[in-house]
Amino acid sequence: MDILENISQSLQNGEPDTVAELTGKALDDGVPVKELLHKGLLSGMEVVGERFKAHEIFLPDVLLAAKAMYAGMEVLKPLMVGEEAATSGTVVIGTVQGDLHDIGKNLVGIMLRGAGFNVVDLGKDVPPERFIEEAQRTGARVIGMSALLTTTMPVMGLVVNLARERGLLGKVKIIVGGAPLSDEYAQQIGADAYCFDGMNAVDCVKGFLGIN
Amino acid sequence: MRQTFDISPARVTPSVEVILKNQGIPLGTDINRRIHELAGEALSKYERLARPKALLMRISQGEFEPVYRGLGRNETPAPLDAIYHAASTLALFAVTIGEPICEEISRLFETQDYAAAAMLDAAASEGAELIAHEAEWRLRDQLNENEQLPTGHGSMAFSPGYCGWHISAQAKLFDVLRPEEIGISLNDSFLMNPLKSVTGVIVVGPKEIFDFDDSFRFCGECRAHTCIDRLKILREQ
Repeated sequence: MDILENISQSLQNGEPDTVAELTGKALDDGVPVKELLHKGLLSGMEVVGERFKAHEIFLPDVLLAAKAMYAGMEVLKPLMVGEEAATSGTVVIGTVQGDLHDIGKNLVGIMLRGAGFNVVDLGKDVPPERFIEEAQRTGARVIGMSALLTTTMPVMGLVVNLARERGLLGKVKIIVGGAPLSDEYAQQIGADAYCFDGMNAVDCVKGFLGIN
Repeated sequence: MRQTFDISPARVTPSVEVILKNQGIPLGTDINRRIHELAGEALSKYERLARPKALLMRISQGEFEPVYRGLGRNETPAPLDAIYHAASTLALFAVTIGEPICEEISRLFETQDYAAAAMLDAAASEGAELIAHEAEWRLRDQLNENEQLPTGHGSMAFSPGYCGWHISAQAKLFDVLRPEEIGISLNDSFLMNPLKSVTGVIVVGPKEIFDFDDSFRFCGECRAHTCIDRLKILREQ
């Protein structure tokens, strides 16, 4: 097994220390950063994502793998410049104003990072303006919003309206998620998609950005 | 009657199977050693950090009416509307698992211990439900002692935000019950802090008053349909 496969496998096993060590070793051996990132870390996470979708593994396995991926990323980060630092795109995420539930939003962020996206996590209780400002500031291609309360869901509509006012609709895709939401609600407020879980969010974002 | 009480974490510790189920792992699944260890660690933390507290207050139908009505945003018809009018006893309740466990969940996320964070979150969510059950059974015991729970009577708890009872009713419920006394606050979105808290009303009465189908207009939007299991439990009470 070559070192890239080894990294991918250790990541799938959720072994952060081994992933960090092997990533460092591969760098010492002259493996290019971009190759390490794509053929070691991201390919490992892709396998994890596929196995999760096939119900072969479960959420805790995915989260252990995500931690292992971040351990490898930490080793690579100082060396990632220019093209190597380029991600699949930036996604701004947050839990909408008035809502403090963030576990679902956190899981979406973990999955998106695991798929190679740059994630700007605004946290919870995020006012509508902040989603728009951060999307404009970072050049994000997607805004992801989470809400767990029927009383906070309408804030999502305010963000969509604000995006429309600022001429962002179409340029920036808007995805929404959370227990009380549905496809119908997403359509009703003018969002581009409703995502039922983290992996579905990754698929949605990839679809919007034309990534296979 | 208004009373607060602390509950031993050991009394409201969820099972490994349930916290795994809450993370999408079906009962009976052959899980690996790592996940078993994570669940064990989460439960150890839970027992160390949980500060279960409950507040219970009996209330008349007349006093409950404005609490149920809330800000006038309930679904019509809704099951609780008919049920509480036929109740023999009503009691408002508020329970919480406490702030330390919620802080630990946030800390674990920040340190990228995602699996541990999600596991503890699942345990805390289930724990809050168990404390609510504990409050319900405390009320039943008290009614039993006073021979106010005749054969054929049962109890069921309802919370704002579910079964057509609009979440905005939390405001009235907080006005009357004052859960701040056990450390629970409410924000403008009617969201409680600590997050792992539950409020509502415990309805006691003849079992037949609770018979309802999950065929209300809003049932289609409900993903949980826990009413089915709750009605089954009630029939076995």
